[in-house]
Amino acid sequence: MELNKLISFIEQTGRFTTKGVAEIGFGASLMWKSIYWIFMGKKREQTVRSSSVFAQMMEMGVCAVPIITVMNATIGIMMALQGIYSLKMFGAESQVVIGVAFSVVREFAPLITAILVAGRSGSALAAKLGTMTINQEIDALNVMGINPVRYLVAPSFIALLIMLPILTFWADVVGLLAAGLYICVELGFTMNVYVDQVFEVLSVDDLMHGLGKSVLFAVLIVLIGVVNGASVTGGAEGVGRMTTRSVVHGISAIVIADMIFVFMLTR
Amino acid sequence: MTTNAIEVKNLVTHYGETQVLNNVSLDIKTGEIMVIMGGSGSGKSTFLNHLLGLLYPTSGAISILGQDINDITPMEFQFLRRKIGVAFQGGALLSSLTVGENIMLPLKEHTKLDRMTIEIMARLKMEVVELSGFENLMPSELSGGMIKRAALARAIVMDPKILFCDEPSAGLDPVVASNIDDLILKLKEALGMTVVVVTHELESAFKIADRICVLDKGNVLFVGTVEEIKKSNNKRIQNLLNRRSEKEELDPDEYIKRLTASE
Repeated sequence: MELNKLISFIEQTGRFTTKGVAEIGFGASLMWKSIYWIFMGKKREQTVRSSSVFAQMMEMGVCAVPIITVMNATIGIMMALQGIYSLKMFGAESQVVIGVAFSVVREFAPLITAILVAGRSGSALAAKLGTMTINQEIDALNVMGINPVRYLVAPSFIALLIMLPILTFWADVVGLLAAGLYICVELGFTMNVYVDQVFEVLSVDDLMHGLGKSVLFAVLIVLIGVVNGASVTGGAEGVGRMTTRSVVHGISAIVIADMIFVFMLTR
Repeated sequence: MTTNAIEVKNLVTHYGETQVLNNVSLDIKTGEIMVIMGGSGSGKSTFLNHLLGLLYPTSGAISILGQDINDITPMEFQFLRRKIGVAFQGGALLSSLTVGENIMLPLKEHTKLDRMTIEIMARLKMEVVELSGFENLMPSELSGGMIKRAALARAIVMDPKILFCDEPSAGLDPVVASNIDDLILKLKEALGMTVVVVTHELESAFKIADRICVLDKGNVLFVGTVEEIKKSNNKRIQNLLNRRSEKEELDPDEYIKRLTASE
């Protein structure tokens, strides 16, 4: 009986692993196909439509601006609060600008923005593709000679690759501004002094560090959304399950990729 | 020019380990309405999916309009697909687009016609399926019969040479179902299409079919005209025609095995 349990455990582990590897392979092939259609679409007489790209940019990017503004402003203020509190111990409150500037631009703005977009758009993508799969809409596209990757995935890819860095840049500005407002009131700076200090502390490299990460996050959000959406089985319940999964996986992937990215670039 | 629109030779397919189609061969002539019938689990949906190139067979060949669909380049298949129209069972209209946009979609994607022409062509097809005036509704706002008719309109908007219909009248009230049958006949007469219909509705099959193919447990049980099928004295066909339920012969050992789920 013990042996049977062990065998079944090994079997489960094996199945789980092959499933995971298959999913990563599916994601990679989707990415390759998207790149193929973006560049070869014209030759295959199926161009990726700019109208669908703009529609996605609107949906994934512009419509996310309000929530991203609110969240990043809040995080900026929170950083200023915590920074002043902890630096007070050394009597070095005026150094708070350094901490806030670095942490917002290098870490919090890209991370919070990506997490919000994963929650909004990654899940929407999974739900949309999942519903289309169970309603045979994907089959219908195929038999009409319309490649689903070209029609559905590639536009989202281009849109998010453009919009997520822009949103992240906006998040940088909002986060720093909100932190600045609090710091000025609390420490009696003028806004000019604060802005000067921020520019003194930050280099273009810091900004690019954050924006570079957002490009990586954009790829992850789209791939995880699409892979989960396309793997839906079992009707409406399946769509719900995979949508949840896409958010959980998306956020986990973003956080882990973030850590690896920082590890590679800061050491 | 070949007289067969579709030729299937020795098609064998598996779903996982289970064999679904067992050496199916079938010729469908240009300009005829072929009805593929069979009970649940007979493999007729699988057969249709293979004809549409959505599944890849274990062995065998399918040739559509003279081209072997598992042996042509993606580009050639893409062009071939423009000559094929498909109306899916649930309609499969894209839920994010209006009915009109759905019907215009193939034209928009495959032709360089201007918007005005595309709209006119789409409206013409909507007239054919008696759906004019509904182009601005979303698919979710349509009734079951209207969805099927919209799906038909989208399937014929490129004037295909072959039209596939999956259960065109399933789940509809008798009047609407009969309308759809008339519509399919009209399409064949007026546009000279080859039509392949997959259905399990007897009445509808008898009304529209030039020939009927009966699939049973993955095998072709019968191919012939309506007259021939009515005369057939094959027991399983008679059961299908007379809606008799079948009792499988019971093997006591097998039965005990199934109940106890032992190997």
